[in-house]
Amino acid sequence: MTKHEVLLDAQDIRKTFGNGVKAVDGVSLQVHRGETVGLVGESGCGKSTTAKMLLRLLTPDEGSITFAGADVHRVRGRKLRELRKQLQVVPQNPQTSLNPRLTVRQSIEFNLRAHAYPKREWAARVDGLLDRVGLAQRHGAAFPHEMSGGQLQRAAIARALATEPSLVVCDEAVSALDKSVQAQVLNLLAELQRELGVAYLFISHDLSVVEHISDRVVVMYLGKVVEEGPSHAMWSAPSHPYATTLLSASPGQGRTRIILRGDPPNPADPPPGCAFHTRCPVAEDRCRTAVPLLRTVGDRHNSACHLVSVDRPAAMAATV
Amino acid sequence: MSQTVQEIPARVASAEALRVDDLAVSFAVHGGQVHAVRSVSFHVRAGQTLVLLGESGSGKSVTARAIMRLHGRRAKVTGRVELSGREVLALSDPDVRALRGSRIALVPQDPTAALDPLRRVGAQITEVLLLHRAAPDKKAAQARTRELLRAVGIPDPERAYRSFPHEMSGGMRQRVVIAMGISCDPDVIIADEPTTALDVTVQAQILDLFAELQGRLNTALLMVTHDVHVAADVADLVAVMYAGRIVETGPAADVLKTPRHPYTQALLDALPTPQTARGELHAIAGSPPVAGQEFPGCAFADRCTHALDTCRTAEPRLVEVAPGRRAACPVLNPTEAP
Repeated sequence: MTKHEVLLDAQDIRKTFGNGVKAVDGVSLQVHRGETVGLVGESGCGKSTTAKMLLRLLTPDEGSITFAGADVHRVRGRKLRELRKQLQVVPQNPQTSLNPRLTVRQSIEFNLRAHAYPKREWAARVDGLLDRVGLAQRHGAAFPHEMSGGQLQRAAIARALATEPSLVVCDEAVSALDKSVQAQVLNLLAELQRELGVAYLFISHDLSVVEHISDRVVVMYLGKVVEEGPSHAMWSAPSHPYATTLLSASPGQGRTRIILRGDPPNPADPPPGCAFHTRCPVAEDRCRTAVPLLRTVGDRHNSACHLVSVDRPAAMAATV
Repeated sequence: MSQTVQEIPARVASAEALRVDDLAVSFAVHGGQVHAVRSVSFHVRAGQTLVLLGESGSGKSVTARAIMRLHGRRAKVTGRVELSGREVLALSDPDVRALRGSRIALVPQDPTAALDPLRRVGAQITEVLLLHRAAPDKKAAQARTRELLRAVGIPDPERAYRSFPHEMSGGMRQRVVIAMGISCDPDVIIADEPTTALDVTVQAQILDLFAELQGRLNTALLMVTHDVHVAADVADLVAVMYAGRIVETGPAADVLKTPRHPYTQALLDALPTPQTARGELHAIAGSPPVAGQEFPGCAFADRCTHALDTCRTAEPRLVEVAPGRRAACPVLNPTEAP
């Protein structure tokens, strides 16, 4: 396995719900082996819908998703089981994602059983996993209600890692945790990646967390990718006006805050042209009619804005 | 926002709007008392913002609720809460009701739960004005409601007036609740995690609105948050709470820059920043204490890298460590033996 091998490849996926909401409107993204991709955006931008399609929990209306060469939504039988083994998830709320009537050990064993690990190995594997995520052996016998939020999230991580996955989707996995505990879990995720080579798709609305953990970042707005690029390049020089304002708006970044007017538009009735033009401080006439496509603004750095190009990578100054 | 902090001295001359002295809140549970808040004291002047900063279970919201006497019947509250010179804890229930909404207002975390889903937004604000006789008649109250909706930055106040809460976005609903809060020109606004449920771009709008309104109305603002960044953004003064106590307090710029309590230090160190990218975070070991956990000494001792044996037996007192700054850690702030 090589580091640069594409593990997960989503091409132009779309999902429109029955109520007309275009939750995901042509998203392409790749996750390479062993890397962390951050997926950022505000509520309603389609990041969780995207995650659900990647995890085969929702079927895309259009587009293709391949994981390690297999079509995620076509595979059946043994190959599907292998896919699920390789592709695990750590959800946001461990209180509701762990079965309240199973002990932590039973929850982890459940995953081992589902993937046909021989029963005689279970005990040793669970012991090893508890140890690996920093839980004491006694926590294996505990029920979810007996544990703190941080411990529960460790248990959820242990359960996800039980099947030795190559990609773990972390959907707001640290958002519900207190900051003092959040740091522990972020460190744990980073350590596990170094040891096991697991890749993460890290979905969060918290920019400081994404900035910290990701190699590459994908920013979504109203069902579309508006910017993607290497983490360091994006944070030091964001290109798309939305990414720029999003960064400036997150408190404590030491950046001058750019205050956007209004709310995100209704995804059932997106504005014509660039979906961001209704709130964009630098929108021009063409933004109101023509949909901007992703274009290259730097090394592996793309931005969907009419105003940017390789020669002019940023649509607006980071401070206004 | 550091500029706001600089501007404050001009307004500090104004009166103390809220003074809390030795506040303690405990709840009767089967088998004993859970001490949620202990010996909490602070004061906020008109035009000032004090942030109660703490993690879940630290007692910050219980403190805010006790100030408004919203703590429920099972709670035992002791100490003093002085609101513009009146002792809130000694007032009769009708007197407290008259105070709430008019002299002291609450902006809750979840505006959806705070608004009546079956009534139009305009009518709900008008009701507050009429209830507290802040408007002479219904017509004046309605006109004032429209003014308020405009004042909190709602783009189409006329439409908002006739809207039901579910027809508005989260940010707009939070603006409505803020409009309701400022409707009777209160001396003190208590905002309990007012931006936690909002997206960052909307959070920025609401924080901006608070700053603007406060500058205009000269209200004292007590904001409760778990978010250090929000605190750094809005606070003049900050009180850091841990396990029901204030462990450190002082001007926000100083406390968050050069903390004098190990918990504040550790909390700030644990945050991801652009500089920590892909590196290791300084996590705090262990978990925050749960409600009802009792400590013979310092509640933070088990997670503290500075802790000495004495920390686990003697409870540290909040003492002055610099002008206007107090911290409850004798290890980091040694004093001369008496």
